[in-house]
Amino acid sequence: MTNSLWGRLDDPAGNAGHTDHPPRMGFFTDTSVCIGCKACEVACKEWNEVPEDGYLLTGMSYDNTQQLGASTWRHVAFVEKPAETVETVDLGMPEVGLPGASGDAGVKWLMSSDVCKHCTHAACLDVCPTGALFRTEFGTVVVQPDVCNGCGYCVPACPYGVIDIRPEDGRAFKCTLCYDRLKEGQKPACAQACPTESIQFGEVDELRERAAARVEELHARGVDVARLYGADPEDGVGGDGAFFLLLDEPEVYGLPPDPVVTTRDLGSIWKHVGGAAAAIVGLGVASFMGRRR
Amino acid sequence: MARGERPMVPDVEFESYYGRPILKEPTWKTPDVPLYLFLGGMAGCSAVLAEGAALTGRPELERVARMAAAGGAAAGTVALVHDLGRPERFLNMLRVIKPTSPLSVGSYILAPFSALSGAAAASNVTGLLPRLGRLAGLGAAAFGPPLATYTAALFANTAVPAWHEAHRELPFVFGGSGAQAAGGLAMLLVPLDQAGPARRMALAGAVVEIVAAESIVLRRGLVAEPYRKGLPGRLMRIARAATAVASAATVVGGRRSRIVAAAAGATYVAASVVTRFGVFEAGMDSARDPKYTVVPQRERLAARSESSTPQR
Repeated sequence: MTNSLWGRLDDPAGNAGHTDHPPRMGFFTDTSVCIGCKACEVACKEWNEVPEDGYLLTGMSYDNTQQLGASTWRHVAFVEKPAETVETVDLGMPEVGLPGASGDAGVKWLMSSDVCKHCTHAACLDVCPTGALFRTEFGTVVVQPDVCNGCGYCVPACPYGVIDIRPEDGRAFKCTLCYDRLKEGQKPACAQACPTESIQFGEVDELRERAAARVEELHARGVDVARLYGADPEDGVGGDGAFFLLLDEPEVYGLPPDPVVTTRDLGSIWKHVGGAAAAIVGLGVASFMGRRR
Repeated sequence: MARGERPMVPDVEFESYYGRPILKEPTWKTPDVPLYLFLGGMAGCSAVLAEGAALTGRPELERVARMAAAGGAAAGTVALVHDLGRPERFLNMLRVIKPTSPLSVGSYILAPFSALSGAAAASNVTGLLPRLGRLAGLGAAAFGPPLATYTAALFANTAVPAWHEAHRELPFVFGGSGAQAAGGLAMLLVPLDQAGPARRMALAGAVVEIVAAESIVLRRGLVAEPYRKGLPGRLMRIARAATAVASAATVVGGRRSRIVAAAAGATYVAASVVTRFGVFEAGMDSARDPKYTVVPQRERLAARSESSTPQR
């Protein structure tokens, strides 16, 4: 049970009982080159035969997909923020443009294709009572639809709000990292379709190196806001199998800033349940002590 | 702001993606799941009460408690199966055993408890196989306390802030609430001269429940806010007030007046139901608002970067 529940774990597939397994595979999504084309969303839906889940106009920039869910396994977020204005000294010179319009530097547009993180410590998998969720030989996390009984425990367990129940079906669904394609040595559909290589697929170890190099490159070019998200194997979920390069705080993209897998506290949870159960036994015995009626 | 709600934290500023929740709202249905919490707690503690009654020769108390244990477990199982997205696959719950899944562990508590408490009740009512019935009752009493408390692990072992952050207190809230319900039901249905242990169990359970619930509600910061505000806040306040009133009535008139005992017992049961709905709705509220996810995590990050030496 070395770090099975929380902490650094370098071989999740091996920890799950796979021997002679292939290297851990994952995604590095570099949002700095995402153009918001949604080809990943479409490719995912097509390949995995994911049903439609509503055609809504949300008013949230170009995002009518809204969020990851049982029938949305890639979700492109669109964030429009006022770009930072450059502080200037007023020299009292005549201005160009509309009065009062100076200082409007326009819009900073962030786009990011979100996906299941395939956590090193996957809460959805750990709380699943049927064994429908399992760790594949590639270190990814997949639901078996023929086993899932729709108990819904995985839904509130996920610290990223990824997995959900498909209401008309009753079972839980999420990204499989194209388990079927991986078995055939192919790229997942989203990575295959991405025209800018914002979605990069590969061995997680190699992707982490690539991601670190990319952040360094961006920092060198003055893009100080570039940061990695989910790439650190020491973080609250033991690192993500699918991690990101972001250009703003995670919560701006709808991601939790510091997610921690719930099983970190599992020992304490069971200990307190045991204490409460013992208290009931004691309270029961005490109730029959003393007076006769 | 409603009466009794104190602004313990000023309104916080945080960023989010169009104000959308980060977590998925639990798909657990109401009333199925909160009702199951109540029924499991009531049934589990009733099995303990039944065994004590059998040992000390209180046949009326034994019969009521055995029926409550068996009936609660059966009704609770129905509520749980009904909550499944694929109810016909409920037996998949027994496909594996996983200590990391309180729902898996709970299935291996509920299944034997239902069988044993059912057998004990059947034997008690029919008078058939009395020794086997007693043995079954003893088994049910062993599974009872875990049945009454594991549901706290079920809620706490999630990413839902109001549930997870209360993981130390919730087992005592649920256990105390279960004892209060089991004792209360027996107070309602059992004659005064045999209901002494039921009164004491209800009273002790009520004290445990109120202390544990108060220690959640009085916690500083955002953790307790869902338990103080809105619908769950109202439910939690009503439940604690009703529990306190029932306890006072039990102490004052519970031993002498059958009417007072019955009214206090019924109030205990009702308060236990309301507590479960309050805890359930507090979790739902904390999952719906990204504030409860983002702000504590931001504070954690800030505390960590403060304590560690600067990197650059």
